[in-house]
Amino acid sequence: MTGFAAYLVFFLIVALTYSIVVMGLNIQWGYTGLFNAGVVGFFAIGAYGTAILVGPDRAHLIGGFGLPFPLAVLGGMALCALAALIVGLATLRLREEYLAIATFGIAISIQLVALNFESLTGGAQGLVGLPRPLFGLFDSPAGYNLFYLGVVAVMAGLVYWALETAVRSPWGRLLKAVREDETAARSLGRNPARVRLEVFVLGCVLMGLAGGLYVGFIGYVSPLDFLPILTFQIWAMLIVGGSGNNRGAIVGAVGVWALWAMSGLAISRFLPVAYQSQGGAIQVILIGLLIVLTLIFRPRGLIGEAESVSKHAD
Amino acid sequence: MSALLDVQDVVAGYKPDLPIIHGLSLTVAPQEMVTIIGPNGAGKSTLIKALAGVLTVSSGMVRLEGRDITNLPTHRMAEASMAYVPQVANVFTTLTINENLLVGASSLPKSEAKTRIERGYEAFPDLKRYRDKKAGVLSGGQRQMLAVARALLTGPRLLMLDEPSAGLSPLMVSEVFERLKALVEDGVAILMVEQNAKAALAISHRTYVFAEGRNRIDGPSAALVEDPEVTSIYLGAGGRKR
Amino acid sequence: MLQAIADGILSGSIIALGAIGLTLTMGILRFANFAHAELVTWGAYMALGVLSLTGAFMGPLAPFSFGVPLLMATLVAMVATALLALAIDWLVYRPLRGRANHLTLVFGSFGVSLLVRMVILLLFGGAAQYYSNTLQIAMKVAPGLRIMPDQIFTLGLTAVIVVALHLFLQKTRLGLSMRALAENPELARVNGIDTRHVVRWTWIIGASLAAIAGVLYGLTVQLRPEIGFHLLLPLFAAAILGGVGNVFGAVIGGLIVGLAESISVLFIPAGYKLAVPFMILLLVLYIRPTGIFAGTVGGGKS
Repeated sequence: MTGFAAYLVFFLIVALTYSIVVMGLNIQWGYTGLFNAGVVGFFAIGAYGTAILVGPDRAHLIGGFGLPFPLAVLGGMALCALAALIVGLATLRLREEYLAIATFGIAISIQLVALNFESLTGGAQGLVGLPRPLFGLFDSPAGYNLFYLGVVAVMAGLVYWALETAVRSPWGRLLKAVREDETAARSLGRNPARVRLEVFVLGCVLMGLAGGLYVGFIGYVSPLDFLPILTFQIWAMLIVGGSGNNRGAIVGAVGVWALWAMSGLAISRFLPVAYQSQGGAIQVILIGLLIVLTLIFRPRGLIGEAESVSKHAD
Repeated sequence: MSALLDVQDVVAGYKPDLPIIHGLSLTVAPQEMVTIIGPNGAGKSTLIKALAGVLTVSSGMVRLEGRDITNLPTHRMAEASMAYVPQVANVFTTLTINENLLVGASSLPKSEAKTRIERGYEAFPDLKRYRDKKAGVLSGGQRQMLAVARALLTGPRLLMLDEPSAGLSPLMVSEVFERLKALVEDGVAILMVEQNAKAALAISHRTYVFAEGRNRIDGPSAALVEDPEVTSIYLGAGGRKR
Repeated sequence: MLQAIADGILSGSIIALGAIGLTLTMGILRFANFAHAELVTWGAYMALGVLSLTGAFMGPLAPFSFGVPLLMATLVAMVATALLALAIDWLVYRPLRGRANHLTLVFGSFGVSLLVRMVILLLFGGAAQYYSNTLQIAMKVAPGLRIMPDQIFTLGLTAVIVVALHLFLQKTRLGLSMRALAENPELARVNGIDTRHVVRWTWIIGASLAAIAGVLYGLTVQLRPEIGFHLLLPLFAAAILGGVGNVFGAVIGGLIVGLAESISVLFIPAGYKLAVPFMILLLVLYIRPTGIFAGTVGGGKS
C-alpha cells in the first residue's frame, strides 16, 4: 500500500469511530433535544474501561483482567451506562440545562481521574501495550488496519441500522413527542423523564462503544486523546451533518475530521515553527465558528437539510 | 357612538403557522362592560393576549381610541391607555405588595408613580395593610385585587381581564365583580373573558360568544340570557351536531 | 486547616463574584450561559493589556502589589467585558432567542466559550502571566496563617460589591425590574417593563462583575487562558447551590464551593480539587435542586 492509501485507511478508521459517537449524540440532541456537553467524558470512559479490562496483569496497576476484547468493550459500555445513570437521574427531571452542566462536570472529572489515578489509568503516560483484537492473524500492520476498518465500518453500519429502526418504531415516535410537547408524551402513557433517561443512557453507551473500538485500534490509552476539544469537534460533526439525521452524522464525522486533519497538515507544513501554536488556536476557532455560524444561519445543518427531524419522527 | 376599542378580523395563535382564532371582531364603547364567553378552546384568552400584545396578531386590525395599536410591544400598552390583567399568575409572588405596584408604575415618572400608588392604597385599603408583605402570601382574591390595582396605576381607559373569577370562592367572585362594576361607573371600560357564562351575562352590558376561534353570537347580555343558541353552543361545543 | 479556610474564603469570594453574574443571567435571561466564565478570563486579560500599554508609571500603593494603574485598568476591563457580552448577545444570542428549543441558546454559548478562549490564547499566548513582578510578603496573622495584603483587598472589595449590588436590586427601579423579569417575563412586559433594556443592563452588570473577578484572580493567582474553563464548574455549582437568580445565594454558594475545594486538599490528592464543585453540584441536584435558598427560577421544570 502506498503511504497515502495507508493514511486513508487510518483516517477512515478514526472518522468512522467518531461517527458512532456522533450518532450517539444525535439520538440525544437531534431526536430528543438533550444537550450533552461532556461527550468526550463518555468516550473516555468507554476507552479506559475497555483498556483496563482487556489489559494484561501488571504489578504496578490495578486491573489487568486480560478479558477478551468484545467483553472488555461491553464492560466499558456498561461503565458508560452507569455514569450516564448517575448524571441522568440527577438532572433529567429538572430544567434541561442542568443536564448540560452536569455532563460538562463529568467530562472534567473523568479527565482528572485519567490524569491522577495512576494505579488505574496510568496517569499522564496512559496505558500502553494493550492487546489488539486478532492482531496475530495478520502478517502486516497494513493488512490489520484494513481488517480493522472493516470491523469499525460494520459496527458503524450496525449502529446506523439499529438507530434508524429505533427511531421509526413507536418508541422513536415518542422521542419527538418528548422533545416538543411534554403533555403529548404523557398522553401516550409514558413518563417523559423516563424516556429522556433511556435515550441519554443509550447515546452515552454508543459513545462508550466507540471509545472501546478506538482503544482496540490504537492499542493504548492516553489522556491526550480525550481533550475537551473533542467534545466540540463531535458537536461540529453533528451540526454540520444536520442533527436528527443519522446519515448526515456519518457524513459530518468524515467531513469535519477530514477538514481538521487537512488544516492541521497545512499548519505543520506551511507555518513557521514559532507560529504553530497560534495555528492550532486558529484551527480550534474554525471549529467554534463552524458550530456558531451553522447554528445561526443553517440550523438544520449544512448537508442535512433535506432529511429533517420531523420527516423521521412523523 | 364611536368605539373605544375596535377589533377587526384578528387572526392569532401561539405559533405563527397555527392560528387559534380565525378572524375575530368586537368593539367596546367607552364606559362599557363587555364579556367574552364560549366553550373551552374558543380562543377567548388567545384574543385577549393578542390585544394585549403578548401574542402576535398575524392579520387583522386593533384600534384604541381610533389609533392603530396592532402588535404594539407589550410594554408600551400603558401609553396606549389600556391595561391587562392575566389569568392566575397575575402578581409577582417574590416581590412585596408595594414593589408589585412600583413595577406596575414603571412607565410613569417617579413622583407621579408615588402619588398614584398612594391613591391606589386609598382605593384598596386592604393592600395598604400588607404593603411590605410578599405577594406570595396573599389569597387568590387579594391577588386579583392587587393585579387590578396595579393595572389601574397608569390610568387606562380600557381594562382587560382574563378570567378574573378563576379559582376564587363565590363570595370573593362577587366582591371582585362589584369592584369592576364600580370601575365602570368611574369611567373605565372593561373587556373581560369569563368562564362562568351566567355570571358574565349577569354583570356585563354586552356579551360576545366565541366558538372555535370565531364569532358566534353577540348582543346585549340581558337578551342573550334567554337565547337558546347560547346554551346550545355550550352544550354542543360549537353548536354543531357531531 | 486555618490556612485552608482562609484560602477557601479568598477563592470563594472570587467564585462568588463570577457566580453573581451567572446567576443573574441564568435567572433573567433564562439559560445556562457556558460562556460566562470566559468573560472572567477576558476581563483579566483586558486589564493586563491596558497595564502593558500604560506601563507601571506609578508605584504600587503600599502595602498592595498594585497601584492606581491596575485600578484604572480594571475599569477599562469592565467596560471591555461589558462590550464583549453585549456584542455576543447581539450577534449570537439574539438570533437564537426565538428558536423553539431554548437549549439552542445553551448550545450557542457553548460554542462562544470556545471562541473567546481561543481568541485570548491567540492574542496573549498560553503562558502564565502576572500583573506585577513584585513579590509580596505574606503577613503572619496567626500561627499557621499567612495572608497577603492583596488577598485582604480582594475580600474587602467583594464585600463592598455584594452590599452595593444588594442595595441596587432592592432600592432602584432597574433592580426592581430585574427581579420582576426574573420571576415572570410576560407579566413584567404587561407591567410596562421594556425587557430588552433590562436584558442589556443584566449583561453589563454580570460582565463587569466577571471582569472584576478576573482581575482579582489574576492578582491573587495568575493569568492563564484556561481560567474560565476551570472556573465554569465552580460558578455553576455556586449559582445552583445558592438558588438560581438569587444574588445572596450565589455569594454563599461561592464561599461554600471555595471552602470545599480548599479544605478537600487536606483529605484527597490535590489533583482532584477541580472535581469537588462537580460533587457539590451532583449532591445539590439530587438532594435539593432549588438550591439552599429558593431562587427566582427554581430547579423544577418550568
